[in-house]
Amino acid sequence: MPQIFCYVTHKNGTTDDAAAELAAAARKIDPAAFPAAILTGFGPALDAACSSLPGTFSEIWKVPNEALAYANAELIRKAVVKVLPPNSIVLLSHEHFGIDLAPGLSIKMNAAFVSDAVEIEGLEGSTLKLVRQEFGGQISAHVRCDISSGAVITIRPGAFKPLEAISTRTAVVEKSIEVGALTAGRRYRETIIAEVGDVDITKQNILVSVGRGIQDKDNVAIAEELAEVLGAAVSCSRPVVDAKWLLKSRQVGSSGKTVKPKVYLACGISGASQHLAGIKGGFLIAINKNRKAPIFQVADVGIVDDILEFLPELTSKVREMRTVSAK
Amino acid sequence: MEILVCAKRVPDTSENEIQLNPAGNDIERDDLVYSINEADNYAVEEALQIVAKAGGSVTVATVGDEDDEEILRREMAMGANRGVLISDDAFHGSDGCGIARILKAFVQKGNYDLILTGVQAEDGAAQIGGMLAAMLEYPFASLVNSIELLDGKRLKICREIEGGNREVNEIDLPCVLSIQTGINEPRYVGMRGIRAVASVPIPTMRAADLGIDVGSVGEATAKVKRVDYFVPALGKGAEILQGNREANIDKVLELLEAKGGLR
Amino acid sequence: MAVGLQSPAQATFWLVQGRTLFLMIPLLGTALFAYIVARRLTPLIRAQRDFRFDRPLTRLGRVFKFWLGQWKHPRYRFAGITHILIFAGFILLATRAFSLLIIGAFPNFVVPGLSGRAGHVYGLTTDYTATIVFLCMVVAVIRRLVFKPARYAVPARYGKGHPVDAIFLLALIAILMVADSLFAGAKAASNAQQGQAAELLAVFSLPWMLKNMLLSTAAAKLQGIYLAAYFTHEFTFFFLLCYRPFGIQFHVETSLFSIYFAKLDREILKPVRWGEENLDQVKSFGVKTFEDFTWKQMLDFYSCADCGRCSDRCPSNAVGRPLSPRFLSIKARDYAFQHYPVFAKLKNNNGTALVGSIYSDDEIWSCTTCGACEEECPLLVEYIDKIVDLRRGLIDDGNVPQSLQKPLKALESRGNPYGKLEKKRSEWAKAAEFQQVCRVKTLDQSNGADTLYFVDSITSYDDRMQSIGRATARILDHVGENFGILGGAEKDSGHEVRRFGEEMLFMALRDHNAKAINGSGVKRIVTADPHTYNALRHDYRNMPPVEHISQVIAREVKTGKIKFNPANEDCVYTYHDPCYLGRHNQIYDDPRDVLDAIPGLKRVEMKRSRDRSFCCGGGGLMLFYEPKEDQRMGVKRVQMAAEAGANVIVTACPFCMANIEDAIKVAGMEGKMSAIDLAELVDQQMAHSS
Repeated sequence: MPQIFCYVTHKNGTTDDAAAELAAAARKIDPAAFPAAILTGFGPALDAACSSLPGTFSEIWKVPNEALAYANAELIRKAVVKVLPPNSIVLLSHEHFGIDLAPGLSIKMNAAFVSDAVEIEGLEGSTLKLVRQEFGGQISAHVRCDISSGAVITIRPGAFKPLEAISTRTAVVEKSIEVGALTAGRRYRETIIAEVGDVDITKQNILVSVGRGIQDKDNVAIAEELAEVLGAAVSCSRPVVDAKWLLKSRQVGSSGKTVKPKVYLACGISGASQHLAGIKGGFLIAINKNRKAPIFQVADVGIVDDILEFLPELTSKVREMRTVSAK
Repeated sequence: MEILVCAKRVPDTSENEIQLNPAGNDIERDDLVYSINEADNYAVEEALQIVAKAGGSVTVATVGDEDDEEILRREMAMGANRGVLISDDAFHGSDGCGIARILKAFVQKGNYDLILTGVQAEDGAAQIGGMLAAMLEYPFASLVNSIELLDGKRLKICREIEGGNREVNEIDLPCVLSIQTGINEPRYVGMRGIRAVASVPIPTMRAADLGIDVGSVGEATAKVKRVDYFVPALGKGAEILQGNREANIDKVLELLEAKGGLR
Repeated sequence: MAVGLQSPAQATFWLVQGRTLFLMIPLLGTALFAYIVARRLTPLIRAQRDFRFDRPLTRLGRVFKFWLGQWKHPRYRFAGITHILIFAGFILLATRAFSLLIIGAFPNFVVPGLSGRAGHVYGLTTDYTATIVFLCMVVAVIRRLVFKPARYAVPARYGKGHPVDAIFLLALIAILMVADSLFAGAKAASNAQQGQAAELLAVFSLPWMLKNMLLSTAAAKLQGIYLAAYFTHEFTFFFLLCYRPFGIQFHVETSLFSIYFAKLDREILKPVRWGEENLDQVKSFGVKTFEDFTWKQMLDFYSCADCGRCSDRCPSNAVGRPLSPRFLSIKARDYAFQHYPVFAKLKNNNGTALVGSIYSDDEIWSCTTCGACEEECPLLVEYIDKIVDLRRGLIDDGNVPQSLQKPLKALESRGNPYGKLEKKRSEWAKAAEFQQVCRVKTLDQSNGADTLYFVDSITSYDDRMQSIGRATARILDHVGENFGILGGAEKDSGHEVRRFGEEMLFMALRDHNAKAINGSGVKRIVTADPHTYNALRHDYRNMPPVEHISQVIAREVKTGKIKFNPANEDCVYTYHDPCYLGRHNQIYDDPRDVLDAIPGLKRVEMKRSRDRSFCCGGGGLMLFYEPKEDQRMGVKRVQMAAEAGANVIVTACPFCMANIEDAIKVAGMEGKMSAIDLAELVDQQMAHSS
């Protein structure tokens, strides 16, 4: 059984739930062992990140190098390939960094590659059985992967429940590489922070979120009116931003903002994983015309109805409620 | 600037409802409308815009069969200079790595400064770009939402990262970029454009033309295989409210008050 | 001995004898005018062809109606009447003016036929005419300076107005009248002083008043005034002649031609290229540069009188979209003036794209093709063809807003803009409960019928509009019509596809539908969608006769097959004329007759009705476009209905229904206003015999 590594990303010296989710996925592959964590970076930030890891790993491989101070996937790939034993299995989170690193890594490791796995069924000899989704989550697929020469697998964020810690102290193994050995044809320059915009959706208690189902730029006003009477804010999914009906600062999702409101009203949102990746908590109420929309799988409460009619009526009811209580 | 865009013909998800077929092992394909993968279309538009500024040409290639030719034609109607169909029975059943190998052989037969793919296609794998780059030993960047030519040898690109932030990188040519939707506003391809290229020949390249060892591609060497499609047994999922609209509204208000702190 | 005034011919002006001078001035003036006109014609010679030389008698008839008869002018009462007076004045004065010019060289010239009594009558008439024209000039100047009608204003984004120029021209015409009158008046005064028989001047006319003012003027001074008046008249006449082609006054000359060559078949859109059937041979579609316009389109730009009536009625303009038809013409005219100057070398006209320079994308996409502009224009300037041509150019270059790309692509792949499955097109008729009431058969090999109900996309697929489909089917069933639908074989009629410039996609849709219709063997077609009606009647060729459901209902009300139950007493109805039923196809009365046949139905008329109906916002692809506007057209319309005292708007078009119902919500008038389709109302009120 090859060693399983979970590549853990970190920011400002901290890691997040992703590490424990990856560990949970690793356990599904090999229930008999705990995976190793592998982190790259430099200096105190890297050290702090290693310390912040939950006790769900057998060991922590730390790969420090000055060139890796910023997580540049091109450089990291070279570093990781140097230190990993042959035929390893590497798990990463399927988000912007994993998408950047994983495919190329699999080639350099001469390993199989599977992306965005939502379920791991188990190992049968050297065949790993997984489940993926296709067509924006409309359908699922059983996938078989030959891991005899290793595998690189990205895991959908939130698909696995974070593994509970088993120990409090995990050994850190330092894997250093010659300084200067790492060069790449891509060089990081800077990060442009997204404009905050007029409203910070990450600070709201209630979000009225709209997706393609709002159909029209003009209809966004319906959501805005509801948000107004609720003292909430309007957010949205990616297609609404692509169509330029709302600003990017309102986008919830893997390439937008991560939100944790008390209540999230998903209106006319189908429930693509990239959007759901941005909802980290809260009570999810979904309203959608399409009974079969994937969102109903993850919502707490669902209503099959036309948002263009439901929302204005809800707004009126809230207004009514307000005037009654004001009397 | 010689640009290659690797494209894929996929069922158009915005115009189709993807459903399981009666046999329960594949999607229902009878009424599907196919078109070029949306992100690939953005990539072609980006390529056309780059070439309009810097000169050069745009080639669009796809690994597939006769049916897939139509997307090449459409992109040529949009303005691409050349379309190439890469097709061979031996390619059937290839996994992502196999496809990347085929494309690598194609790239090496030409002389491309820049290779673009879409971030991901209908299967959500998001793999070809990164694999191809690693095989070619070209630098790679994914989720690119902005490209600027710095000089003949380098590009300044932005990648889409979390929170709507953008990561600015400098990348050497030749390189591979996977393009995110929304990078530009693709131009319209009208019926007229499509008719104009209706009879332009599109060459087909086979394994032999590309010097590909058929033993390295195809089903036999695929490490990853999709076994079937299925609709998962609905888990707990949401509690679907059954009442009429008025009742549902009242329930929502109740929840907003209880969970959301609404007064 | 009576000396009398020396005639201008005999007098000397700055060492030149009058006879010579007044031979030279007309010659030079005319030559200069001819040169100017020739230069103005330059772009027209390079322009695209336009087939406008057919049916000369019909065209002449229209010249009589619209040019001589000034048919459209009274639509704006005050300005219209003033203009009619001025125009009539010019026509009447023409002979007088010419004879005046001629006597400068030939002092004894008299127009043949106008000697003696006829001449006197003519003289008196024209005395009054000149006076009226003069007064009209005064009125016009006051109107511009003091009352400033809104439609003359030039919003900043369209550039600067030319108010000084307008006043200048009005003043010049006034001067012409005064000079003429002064000349006649001075002559008469002199004769009176000499005791000679005077030419009788019309009492209280301008010449008469001037004569009386000059009665006691010294002979020498009188002579001076006489000659000065003549010279002024001559000079002003030719100055105006040569000045007119530099501004909106050019319409004085071009209007005759713009009206003669005006389009005869209103609803037939201009082909992509006249005389070119095989579109694959056409290298570039539509209008991209100025030279892509046809000569008649360029003539329209010259003929625009900048009166603003079109923009005043344009619904896009009214809601703050960047479109103003008037400025489509004026900007193009200014472009022509700039790039084809009269007195300078021709610029290197290497084809500047119009959209992006003088026009903006949004300007061109904002038009709903409602036709209000063309309905108003007294010069019969055509707008819809130009917009369609400009759109063809944009489509050809791939320059299409993303919001329109999706429905266009869906139309191409699925035959409807929603991207829904073909096989679901007839689901509106398949609902079990509906099937029990009314079986709608789908025409195919085994099922034929006399009549085809062409449903079209919105009524087939839109949840709300499907009820119009069902109502229409029930009505047809009730009157015993043997009808069927094409079902999945029907594709979008393509009406807006064509008007948005995607000609080839339109043709693909049309050819598909035409084949299905001809193959079905039906003898006539009925539709409840005016856009479909318009397409089948005018865009499609060799189709069986087409009717709109309102026509069918109106007829069957008269035959007695349709009888109505009494109307709801709480409702006050108003009928909104859909653009493509009313203005474009002149069907105004049938829907109204139907409403009036419902016992007890209270109906009011909105101020803007019939050919002045205000567009609801547009149909077809327009529903997908995201315009920049201050307000929705539908909201304005709903407010008009409320102003008229109505609480129910009746429409006869599914797009009007979509826009108006939406507007009722947006305007916050739910509960105070509702909308219903004519077919739905009829279906509701129809007395069903047991």
